Amino acid sequence: MDLGGINPVILIATLMASAVPILLAALGETVVERAGVLNLGVEGMMVVGALGGFVIAVETGSPMLGFIGGAVAGALLSLVFAALTQVFLANQVATGLALTLFGLGLSSLGGQGYNGIKPPPTGQLLPDALADLPVVGPILFGHDWMVYFSLVMVAVLWWVLKATRIGLIIRAVGESHEAAHALGYKVNRIRLMCIAFGGAMAGIGGAYLSLVRVPPWVDGITAGAGWIALAIVVFASWKPWRVLIGAYLFGGITVLQLNLQVAGSVIPVEYLSMAPYLITIIVLVIMSAGRKSNGAPASLGQNFHASR
Amino acid sequence: MLRLEKRPTPSRFWLYATPPVAVILTMIAGGILFALMGKNPVEVIRTIFWDPLFGEFAFYLRGQLLVKAGPLILIAIGLALGFRAGIWNIGAEGQYIMGAVIGASVGLAVFPTESRWIFPAMVIAGAFGGWAWAMIPAILKTRFNTNEILVSLMLVYVAETILAKAATGFLKNPEGMGFPGSRNFSSYPAAQNAFLYEPLGLHWGGVAAFVTAILAYILLTRHQAGFQIKLAGQAPRAARFHGVSPARLVVMCMGISGALAGMAGLFEVTGPAGQITIDFNTGYGFTAIIVAFLGRLNPLGIVLAGFIMALTYVGGEMASTSLGLPDAAIQVFQGMLLFFLLAVDVLTNYRFRLAVGAH
Repeated sequence: MDLGGINPVILIATLMASAVPILLAALGETVVERAGVLNLGVEGMMVVGALGGFVIAVETGSPMLGFIGGAVAGALLSLVFAALTQVFLANQVATGLALTLFGLGLSSLGGQGYNGIKPPPTGQLLPDALADLPVVGPILFGHDWMVYFSLVMVAVLWWVLKATRIGLIIRAVGESHEAAHALGYKVNRIRLMCIAFGGAMAGIGGAYLSLVRVPPWVDGITAGAGWIALAIVVFASWKPWRVLIGAYLFGGITVLQLNLQVAGSVIPVEYLSMAPYLITIIVLVIMSAGRKSNGAPASLGQNFHASR
Repeated sequence: MLRLEKRPTPSRFWLYATPPVAVILTMIAGGILFALMGKNPVEVIRTIFWDPLFGEFAFYLRGQLLVKAGPLILIAIGLALGFRAGIWNIGAEGQYIMGAVIGASVGLAVFPTESRWIFPAMVIAGAFGGWAWAMIPAILKTRFNTNEILVSLMLVYVAETILAKAATGFLKNPEGMGFPGSRNFSSYPAAQNAFLYEPLGLHWGGVAAFVTAILAYILLTRHQAGFQIKLAGQAPRAARFHGVSPARLVVMCMGISGALAGMAGLFEVTGPAGQITIDFNTGYGFTAIIVAFLGRLNPLGIVLAGFIMALTYVGGEMASTSLGLPDAAIQVFQGMLLFFLLAVDVLTNYRFRLAVGAH
């Protein structure tokens, strides 16, 4: 069952794994933006999470602790953003950019002793008997636990945002911070918690890159994944289920172009490797064309200062 | 407990005091970072901020300052115009690369013709390359309302791929014995951006940076378009009633910043870098964002900020060779500077008050 040297079953199985980093980061950013905060520092939080996760996994030998370390590292960096935008009321776009520049520098500084070192492997979750089943085996059962974790998070966030009180408060803060404030909610405190959650998710996504997708450690390991995650949030109209579709679409394109490169396609390598970025642009254009608001939270990117 | 209170009018004192305070705070925080890395913080800070100006090798390093500051100033002024109007072109790095590639292509296409018109033609081609690359997000923004931040950034990665293709393919030196990289412009005088006055490090890029700063200052303070830019940033609704077309503003601001970034790329590749290589670009397009904010989005402030940032580059290289400080530490240092700048900036529009009672 090969199409031009590419096996579709393996393609689907790999795209599910390759989409995990951007899926997690985009889910986190969805919550942040639903609370009305635009954090452009996803790339920085991911790359710091990648470093934190990598260092802890290598030093302790436990990938599990590594992912937790990635989450903590991402959340810590996001708190810098939270402090600047929520306490010092700094411009969110500028602060997000600063976070990315700072994070990239920090990870390249901290990762210097780790070039070329491999992390402990993150194994497959379910027994081989299931994973070896034809077709459904690799797609449904052959993954490590993070793939399932990312899928569970899609469902959890969908449910939290749609059906719970917490979700309602987050959305209220994002749609109209004045009204939420008048109702007695601590706008900046709620946003701060959402930002920290987004940082943790981006950090886990980054850790998945450094622990599973691209070991050994290389400088600038994220290569724009954080920015693509931001684009996916727009693509998904701020809805968790559509984030899943966007991330898998994007993961599929990435895996496909890599496979085409390996299979020796007639399209030159350079054009294949720019394909993910070009397709992201095209998708953004399609999603934003002809609509005025495209479902963005009304207070997105605006700081709130309680004058009363 | 302290609480923030909005000032009736922005503080003029803090408007000017913010950048120096941020630089000093960054020196302190950076010193702590360097100390944690096992370096002597005083020595590192002195190597970065003092030695390039007054140290043993200052006669050479002072020249390097303008070499680094030139492109940063040129790019940052363009970006600042957009930032003022709320138009976020953050893909200057891509426009810088495309300007260099297209400008260099024009020069290399006519190699080895000697004519005094070649270099000016290359500068125009470079500006065109950057302009055209910036027009992609600009037109997508005006026609389809697509987010210019994400598109301009995605195009950086595309530009880097094109650069790799240029260095290893269509611009590769046919006499380069198979090594990647274009012909070196230092051996092609008609297309070379040579130093006009070497002790100061002045080449045409530096001249362009100063001229642009003056023109941009006049634009912002004396011209209708400058007024529209400021109005659109501070009061978008009022700007619309005033008859400012948002679409025209996007095309203008993105176009100017793209053209300036493209020119900066061309000056760099024909001068200090010397040739198109896979990694001739060193992130000036991103650092220029910090320069724009450090200069308070004001053209004259940006000239000063460009020199301060150049100091961190030149001094950072010194610290890297003489003290073994990793290059990445300088990147962290520059990032910190932007953080402190944004944090201190709160004092321009707000003041801290001691709140009495429960809060």
